[in-house]
Amino acid sequence: MANITKEEIRQPENLIYKKTDLMTDNTLSYCPGCGHGTAHRIVMEVLEEMGIQDKTIGIAPVGCSVLAYDFMNIDMQQAAHGRAPAVATAVKRLHPEKFVFTYQGDGDLAAIGTAETIHACNRGENIVIIFINNGIYGMTGGQMAPTTLPGMKSSTSPYGRDVHSMGNPLKITELIAQLPGTIYVTRQAVHTPGNVRKTKKAIRKAFENQKLNKGLSFVEIVSNCNSGWKMTPVKANEWMVENMFPFYPLGDIKVNED
Amino acid sequence: MKELRLMKGNEAFAEAAIRAGADGYFGYPITPQSEVMEYLMAEKPEERTGMVVLQAESEVAAINMVYGGAACGKRVLTSSSSPGISLKQEGISYIAGAELPCVILNVVRGGPGLGTIQPSQSDYFQSTKGGGHGDYRMIVLAPSSVQEMADFAGLGFDLAFKYRNPVLVLSDGAIGQMMEKVELEEQRPRFTEEEIIQNTPWATTGKPKTRERNIITSLDLDSGRQELHNIALQAKYKEIEKNETRYEAIQCDDADYLIVAYGTSARLSQKAIDILRAEGIKVGLLRPITLFPFPTEIISKLAGQVKGILTVEMSAGQMIEDVRLAVGCKVKVEHFGRMGGIIPSPTEVVEAMHKKIIGG
Repeated sequence: MANITKEEIRQPENLIYKKTDLMTDNTLSYCPGCGHGTAHRIVMEVLEEMGIQDKTIGIAPVGCSVLAYDFMNIDMQQAAHGRAPAVATAVKRLHPEKFVFTYQGDGDLAAIGTAETIHACNRGENIVIIFINNGIYGMTGGQMAPTTLPGMKSSTSPYGRDVHSMGNPLKITELIAQLPGTIYVTRQAVHTPGNVRKTKKAIRKAFENQKLNKGLSFVEIVSNCNSGWKMTPVKANEWMVENMFPFYPLGDIKVNED
Repeated sequence: MKELRLMKGNEAFAEAAIRAGADGYFGYPITPQSEVMEYLMAEKPEERTGMVVLQAESEVAAINMVYGGAACGKRVLTSSSSPGISLKQEGISYIAGAELPCVILNVVRGGPGLGTIQPSQSDYFQSTKGGGHGDYRMIVLAPSSVQEMADFAGLGFDLAFKYRNPVLVLSDGAIGQMMEKVELEEQRPRFTEEEIIQNTPWATTGKPKTRERNIITSLDLDSGRQELHNIALQAKYKEIEKNETRYEAIQCDDADYLIVAYGTSARLSQKAIDILRAEGIKVGLLRPITLFPFPTEIISKLAGQVKGILTVEMSAGQMIEDVRLAVGCKVKVEHFGRMGGIIPSPTEVVEAMHKKIIGG
């Protein structure tokens, strides 16, 4: 075979994959190995494929993803810690023809924002909630989260989470699946190509539900936090499979097709 | 055509908000302002104008709904009373930081803590000096009648959008609950989608290909840029001070003594002034209508004319600090007030004027 130069390879007709234009060119602020980057990308790919960039408003509250607006090339609002579902409620009620989603972490959604989460879900707000659960407060440096596993070490549970004094991890996704306002509740992951495809499908379904005014769709993504967990990215994913998945099993929890 | 009605202050505010073209109200019940949401729900504004009214799960959620609604270019408002307004401070700070327009009504009751449900003016510091975290100001309008409760809903929206700033209507339990004659403005149309894009090009309405994405945030981790943002906010507040100071000067031209009072205190002070004038003592009333910006200039000017100034407040004396700053040491400035939800009587004000200013 003749020598092919890089320039010859980099022709448009040879392009089989490219970054979606709905991701900006800004360098991601996430740690190498973190699941946020993948989760961001597949949410943006879904919006691009549905052709709804010009109709979508994203809400990202306090946490590692507070700077999501630096990476997602859509109109976005930053929210106070835990308050994204309340913010999204008003945006959707006032702009019912737009697509509205929140992108929240576990400390945000399942601790400080529990009331806003439960009530937005219970009212059946016609929005999408993307919930990244890595069992820890990443941005503030690895403190215990509402979803930290029993015995799991964090900077505020340095000897492991003692459920007798520190309380039990909260399975908020199972909890909100009980509420009549939620139409679709699922738990996914993004650590393998297969899981990325499944999660993307779930996110697509969630936005399609919103398009049909069906009610609230809730997509949990169990993810890692190799920095907070103090592990290499590879080890963190292995630890997640061995420890997080048994406690937070993947799969659909509620699919209401009515 | 304007319409004449007999209404409670809280109801007049609610009706005026609909007529001002409000897009959304988000609230949580608390005495003595619950009539605002009750009136709105009964009126079915969704049918009248398309306005959204939602009872939130908490004051915290309600103010964050306002934050969301304001970000996407809509006219939104909330109302509460003192303990509920304390809960809203986080959201108000975000709204001020992100420079969003909205109207917030505080029908003040006595504190601290759960306090009482009776009228008070003890939230002056919280309203005018910040309240939430960070260097920010709200435009603060102080109604002293049911008519002004109605007028300040529309004026509040106008000022909020003019300056991209939260506007607080600082009322109290007496003005909120009492009934008076009120003249209501005609229905203003709600913003159209085109008007929102035209008038608030910063709003999060969905990014078309033709413009960069809009981001609503108060966050900037770069201290240099955050300082510049703060400098711009302070410049805006200076501009507001220059343009928007409002007050009413009653019988001040020949006054030897002055009372400074707002809201309910201004009403009863006017009665006290009638009594004092019948005694042959020439007293005038300076009623601040905006508490931020504070009418410093006129008070400073009147301080050169009168022999003493009494501030009347239903608090331990909060506004008096701004009056003293305006007066400097030109004349004596003393405070009279009642606390805990008690409204002073005009004769008490007359006595205080004699004891603390004229004879003091």
